[in-house]
Amino acid sequence: MSSSIRLKTRTNAGVTTVRAIIRHPMETGFRIDNETAEIVPAHYINRVILKHKGNVVMSCDWSRAISKNPYLSFMFKGAKAGDKLELIWNDNKNNTDSIETLIE
Amino acid sequence: MLFSGLLNPLTVFAKWNKAAFSAVDFDEAVAAYFPEQKIQSTEQITIGVHPIVENGAVVPVKIKTDMQNVESITIFVDKNPNPLIANFDLSPDCIGFVSTRIKIQQPSNIVAIVKSDKGVFSKSTFIEVHEGGCG
Repeated sequence: MSSSIRLKTRTNAGVTTVRAIIRHPMETGFRIDNETAEIVPAHYINRVILKHKGNVVMSCDWSRAISKNPYLSFMFKGAKAGDKLELIWNDNKNNTDSIETLIE
Repeated sequence: MLFSGLLNPLTVFAKWNKAAFSAVDFDEAVAAYFPEQKIQSTEQITIGVHPIVENGAVVPVKIKTDMQNVESITIFVDKNPNPLIANFDLSPDCIGFVSTRIKIQQPSNIVAIVKSDKGVFSKSTFIEVHEGGCG
């Protein structure tokens, strides 16, 4: 199975822009399934951590009001091409996934 | 699977603030997340969002600030069922910027709160929503 995460970076004048998209339903627990007429239980990512060379550079606490297939972008200084960048997420059902990429 | 909670690499971090995320009232959510802190209004935060939203299920939001030593950026939507949307803790290497996509149920104020070494600051902007996105 392919990763749930797409993680891309671009470095310009010492500032690295990180963009991530995570495949996830982000169910609020309010939605009613059209076929079963039952409420779809809440299922959402509640935490995302980004590590640069093993150190946390950014961490997110999320509610169910982040849109389906979450998008995240942020910027940081001090990374060099070839450095490791890792993204880890965790959801309210304790599912987790991670990906590693090299800074571009 | 029994020990998955122990092995989960994210459980070592500060606890997800359940009281704040569960709050249904905007002021309570803010108070739960920033207990006993004075929050000052500022023009040093920019909330990049379209003022009229057709589909509340996917609302792109960019928060920017030129403040230095930003420790966190927190997003609230005052009329959502749970007003606390997301918090982003930034390391000292980060620029004061985050971008994401959020759900907004009805016309609301988006409130961005930035915590820096100088204090806690907020900026608010109203947006119109045609079709709510919390279903």
